[in-house]
Amino acid sequence: MGAASAPLIELRGISKHFGSGDTRVDALRGVSIAIEPATVVGLLGPSGSGKSTLLNVIGCITEPSEGWMKLDGEVVYDGRWLRRNLPRLRLEKIGFIFQFHNLLPFLTAVENVAAVLDLAGERRAAALARAEELLDYLQVGRRKHAKPAKLSGGEAQRVAIARALANRPRIVLADEPTAALDSERAGIVMDLLRKVAIERQTAIVVVTHDEKIYGRLDRIYRLRDGVMQAVEERAPAAP
Amino acid sequence: MNYALRDIRHNLGRFAMTCVGLSLLLGVVQSMVGIYRGLVEEALVVARAPAADLWVVEAGTQGPFAEASRIPGDAREAIARIEAIAAAGSLTFQSTEADRGGTRLRLYVVGFERGRPGEPEELVAGRPIVRSHFELIVDRRAGLALGEQIRIGRNAFTVVGLVAGHSASGGDPVAYMTLLDAQRLQFELEPSAARVQAARGAPRTQTDTVNAVVARLMPGEDAADVAAVIARWKHLAAMPQSAQENLLTYSLVDRARRQIGLFTVTLLAVSGVIIALVIYTMTMDKLREIATLKLIGAPNRVIVGLILQQTLAMGIAGWAIGRVIVAFAADLFPRRVALLPADTAGLLVIVVILCLAASAISVRVALRVDPATALGG
Repeated sequence: MGAASAPLIELRGISKHFGSGDTRVDALRGVSIAIEPATVVGLLGPSGSGKSTLLNVIGCITEPSEGWMKLDGEVVYDGRWLRRNLPRLRLEKIGFIFQFHNLLPFLTAVENVAAVLDLAGERRAAALARAEELLDYLQVGRRKHAKPAKLSGGEAQRVAIARALANRPRIVLADEPTAALDSERAGIVMDLLRKVAIERQTAIVVVTHDEKIYGRLDRIYRLRDGVMQAVEERAPAAP
Repeated sequence: MNYALRDIRHNLGRFAMTCVGLSLLLGVVQSMVGIYRGLVEEALVVARAPAADLWVVEAGTQGPFAEASRIPGDAREAIARIEAIAAAGSLTFQSTEADRGGTRLRLYVVGFERGRPGEPEELVAGRPIVRSHFELIVDRRAGLALGEQIRIGRNAFTVVGLVAGHSASGGDPVAYMTLLDAQRLQFELEPSAARVQAARGAPRTQTDTVNAVVARLMPGEDAADVAAVIARWKHLAAMPQSAQENLLTYSLVDRARRQIGLFTVTLLAVSGVIIALVIYTMTMDKLREIATLKLIGAPNRVIVGLILQQTLAMGIAGWAIGRVIVAFAADLFPRRVALLPADTAGLLVIVVILCLAASAISVRVALRVDPATALGG
């Protein structure tokens, strides 16, 4: 863990409210966090606590109402977005892992991974080579030509992780990545994420309700009513 | 990486079925255009067959196709004597029903003078008419064989020659016979009716009447000038070939033309709505994938390209399959279907524009998809 390193994700006083007047909802209130490289953190909290909003804010999907945010050394929000092309920002800096893998059903496993590189403008041959390398790294290379419908839940989630890592992002956001998996496969996926975080010096943020994976997190942020209630530092076992 | 193509391949059966359905609709659109062109061609073929420069008809009429026209049979001789005229021939035109072994066959009978303008020249089978009576040259769409006999009026005629593509504006196949036979058919009364007329003391019916005289001009002569000379005779009117063709196109088939045109526009509108609905449904089915693409950083042009390429692929495939269907089915239509390359190309342009317009709603929906919807269950 690189606690002494500069944070890859740094939020200061981030607030987000929806609506106004009587219908105003404060989803986030003055949230400040800092997440260093080689760290897997968990965002925990009951439904409506602001976890998804916070994930969307870090993912540059939802614009905060106020605050300051720095991702991978670049200040991206300071009262307003400082980048016009947010899709490009996501493509360059952030990898996403979804609850239900969200692989594109019309692409094979290797094409799903290569798609991210293709969107970034990488040449096809290089994109496919990198995708195959990642699938091999995540031990699902033998299924590279399978369509998502032919993959098991665990295989699909590994392919999704490979896709999230394809563009060498320093930040990975995972939304309930183990919710659709049994405890054994959930453990394997979390171990994989920890391995990725350590080997690739990545900051991984996991939104989860799954208590079984708490033991594999370096830090837990607990949210309630949009307010950061507690931060727990943990010492997970090595993957 | 072409996402549109891969998505099509992934759902190939569904896409193919949609294309086939659309192709039937676009095939009907192409058929309508072909029927319209066929209608115009059919209307013109009888007028073009004599390869004339000038049509001489009854004064005060726009005959012989748009209005009835009767002129004396000897008018041809007077016209032929005009210095600017190279050749002239008398013609009669009449719709009739022939008896073919107990079944009725509608024919458009053209009476002509052998060796003069108006005689059918390009036979596809058989020989020209050489006898003065009871020989017939018919369009092959009438279904008559060489040597076959049919009864027209009170006489039996033998088919000696076949022509192709000779139809009247109503779609009836053309039958050519000698002027004398045609005049009897058109102007001679039934014996019983003739007897009644004779008993009444009415003068005997004059049968040496024709509907029009067609003339070919000497090289360098102007049809309008010659028409003006003929018009001075008061009992005759003359019009150049181009005026006759305009009359047929814009007068005789005008309503049918507008009817088919309106129907074609309606079908194109229906095609547009169907394309829009299909693409909208396909887009709605892919909202999660679109949200995922946007979330992982796909720019809008990738999303727009995905939808537009699929819409265009569908429209162009539908157009192409429709074209093939029409090409094979054209001969099954009772009337001529003439699809010109320019019409086919024009329709392709319209289909492309239609596809672009039809995908507008889907593109709008896709661009408004919140990437956040890819997250969560």
